[in-house]
Amino acid sequence: MQMSLVIDANKCTGCLQCEMACSYEGEGVFNPTKSRIKIFPFHEEGIFVPYTCTQCDEAWCMHACPVEAIQLNKTTGAKEIVNDLCVGCKVCTIACPFGTVNYNADSGKVIKCDLCGGDPECAKACPTAAITYQDANWTGYDKMKDYAAKAMPAK
Amino acid sequence: MSWTKKVLRINLTEGTCTPEPLNMDWVEQFLGQRGLATKYLSEEVPPTTDPLSPENTMYMVTGPLTGTMASTAGRYSVVTKSPLTNAVACSNSGGFFGNEMKCAGWDMIILEGKSPTPVYISINDDKADILPADEIWGKSVWEADEWLHAKHQDPQLRIAAIGVAGEKGVLYSAIINDLHRAAGRSGVGTVMGSKNVKAVAIRGSKGVQVNDPKAFFEASNAAKAVLAGNPVTGEGLPALGTQVLMNVINEMGAQPTRNYKESVFAGASKISGEAMLEPRKSDGKPNLTRNAGCFACTIACGRISTIDPQHFSIQNKDDLHKHYHGNSGGLEYEAAWALGSDTCIDDIDALTYANFVCNEQGLDPISLGSTIAAAMELFEIGVLTTENTGGIDLSFGNVEAMIKCTELVAKGEGFGLELGQGSARLCEKYGHPELSMTVRGQEFPAYDPRGIQGMGLGYATSNRGACHLRGYTVASEVLGIPIKTDPLETEGKAGLQIAFQNATAVFDSVGICVFTSFAWSLEDVAPQVNAACEGEWTVERLDELGERVWNLERLYNEAAGQGASADKLPPRMVSEPATSGPAEGKVNGLSTMLPEYYAERGWSPEGELTNETKTRLGL
Repeated sequence: MQMSLVIDANKCTGCLQCEMACSYEGEGVFNPTKSRIKIFPFHEEGIFVPYTCTQCDEAWCMHACPVEAIQLNKTTGAKEIVNDLCVGCKVCTIACPFGTVNYNADSGKVIKCDLCGGDPECAKACPTAAITYQDANWTGYDKMKDYAAKAMPAK
Repeated sequence: MSWTKKVLRINLTEGTCTPEPLNMDWVEQFLGQRGLATKYLSEEVPPTTDPLSPENTMYMVTGPLTGTMASTAGRYSVVTKSPLTNAVACSNSGGFFGNEMKCAGWDMIILEGKSPTPVYISINDDKADILPADEIWGKSVWEADEWLHAKHQDPQLRIAAIGVAGEKGVLYSAIINDLHRAAGRSGVGTVMGSKNVKAVAIRGSKGVQVNDPKAFFEASNAAKAVLAGNPVTGEGLPALGTQVLMNVINEMGAQPTRNYKESVFAGASKISGEAMLEPRKSDGKPNLTRNAGCFACTIACGRISTIDPQHFSIQNKDDLHKHYHGNSGGLEYEAAWALGSDTCIDDIDALTYANFVCNEQGLDPISLGSTIAAAMELFEIGVLTTENTGGIDLSFGNVEAMIKCTELVAKGEGFGLELGQGSARLCEKYGHPELSMTVRGQEFPAYDPRGIQGMGLGYATSNRGACHLRGYTVASEVLGIPIKTDPLETEGKAGLQIAFQNATAVFDSVGICVFTSFAWSLEDVAPQVNAACEGEWTVERLDELGERVWNLERLYNEAAGQGASADKLPPRMVSEPATSGPAEGKVNGLSTMLPEYYAERGWSPEGELTNETKTRLGL
């Protein structure tokens, strides 16, 4: 079964545990600037929104890459960077409509979410289940259930 | 590992930024943050130094866990000599500033001397600059924050700043980071202002590492599970914030009311955490929008709130003050009691507004509220009149007066300048020093020591002046953590207070939030520190370290004239019995507890450190 990251911003407290888990998995250091997932605080609205790569099927980044350094992991569905091939041209960062592929100046390569090979650290680190890893075919399940509860006929 | 082992020393007089190695010998003895910076202070700033002179030095300091994935590990402290108390000051803040300092590669930033003109400090990893702040001098924290983000074109810049109050010498000015997190007490913002420093803006990209990652994840994950499973840190604090306490403390008769004259407040339920969840008439929304976490915090007690759009306090706020019409850092229990029950005000929107003002202009709401309450009592007995207040009717319960006073103090204008000196100086000036609810010149926090006896001893002996965060025996006396003790009894409170004081000094030296101590003991902290740091950090070693930190602070205070002679409570607490509630008829038994405390501390009967104790602790 393919799985997807599911984000519920209403549950996010903005603590950045996910960013640290991500940077540690990717770079071996606690460092939000090296995280593939970002939390965006909207101060006046009073909400924190986690945002990361949604692993598009027809991924713009993958198609744009001139050296085929972005490849599909058939098990997880993730589009992964092959560091040995990446030349750091950054075309993928332009191609991605969502901004979730970014350049890492320290390594000269790009970084993006790779679902940690199928066991995403951000979801495990999130203390409020704002980020979960669920059946890719049913990412709307919880929301549907909430609305189903509202539509439930009165007894 | 864990420490960056680098200190940034900024000499404002000379205009220099110089990196230097962290003194690792002192780290062995004092670990980090509160303990370590107090060691630097005691070695570099003579205890008799005038706190507002260039000879005072200010330390912004992280702990070894700051910036790691340990829960709540984003803390930093500001240590300096306090202008409010003339004793050691140490104020601790969350938000996202401490971790950014660490990510930029600095364990500590030292601000010494005084800049000839207003400046701010810009730090981007190794690069540090002292830059002109003329354009933001005279502006609020929020305006400075916006200006700095725009100027550096960096939305991810982390900023700690002072408001106008700090520039104007209000003695309980705070340093605010991330718009509404505060290094709040003892006037650390006033010291920053006295150095002509408006803000410190940091961006770090280096990250933080730990010594033994496997052991660290094991320990920090286990400790997170302890927090999640604890009723206080796992349920009460995320749901209601510190405001979970308002109704609890009121019901037990320890809710400071009417400048501590009374200890039960009839309007408590209207300004409680529960009240913050009630939808209001105007727009159907509750005061509380949601809870929020500081960096790495898995508790998330922070309040994000709005003011009722129809409340009179914000009707004249224009686009410049847009934050007042949206969400910002909401009421904590300490702000709610001081601005609320102590002044007999039960208008939750007025309190939220005053709290926003404290954040915007960098004020400690505890000292502010207490000082206004003391002024109200001076007004009540007729020694302070509208002639002194600039026409403000300072009757208890007058909402408009509380708001007006808050605005005046925030901007250091008119009668606000007098209130800005704190309640000890105000009451002294008007001939009634006994009406100031302070120890070492710092205003009491939210627990009436007639109803919670151990807290009286805690206030009297607190090294930074009256404070709840130095030895929170409320945990034991009210909540039963780790064991339930009778709040109305004095027996055993000396030992209890010492245990809390020592343990808290450890938590404050690690880089974590003291709220974890509702669930964690040193048994939970030590494995995390031990895994993150080089060397061996056992429970026993940390326990002794906490005692060492406490005694070092005390030694500094003794030499500053704030030792045993200042270990006392206002007469109201020890001779005016509580008038209602469970503590009715009680006074605080300080005179019973204090000699026991001195003996158990290993101090002389006069309350001075003995040579034996100094030698034992390596001081």
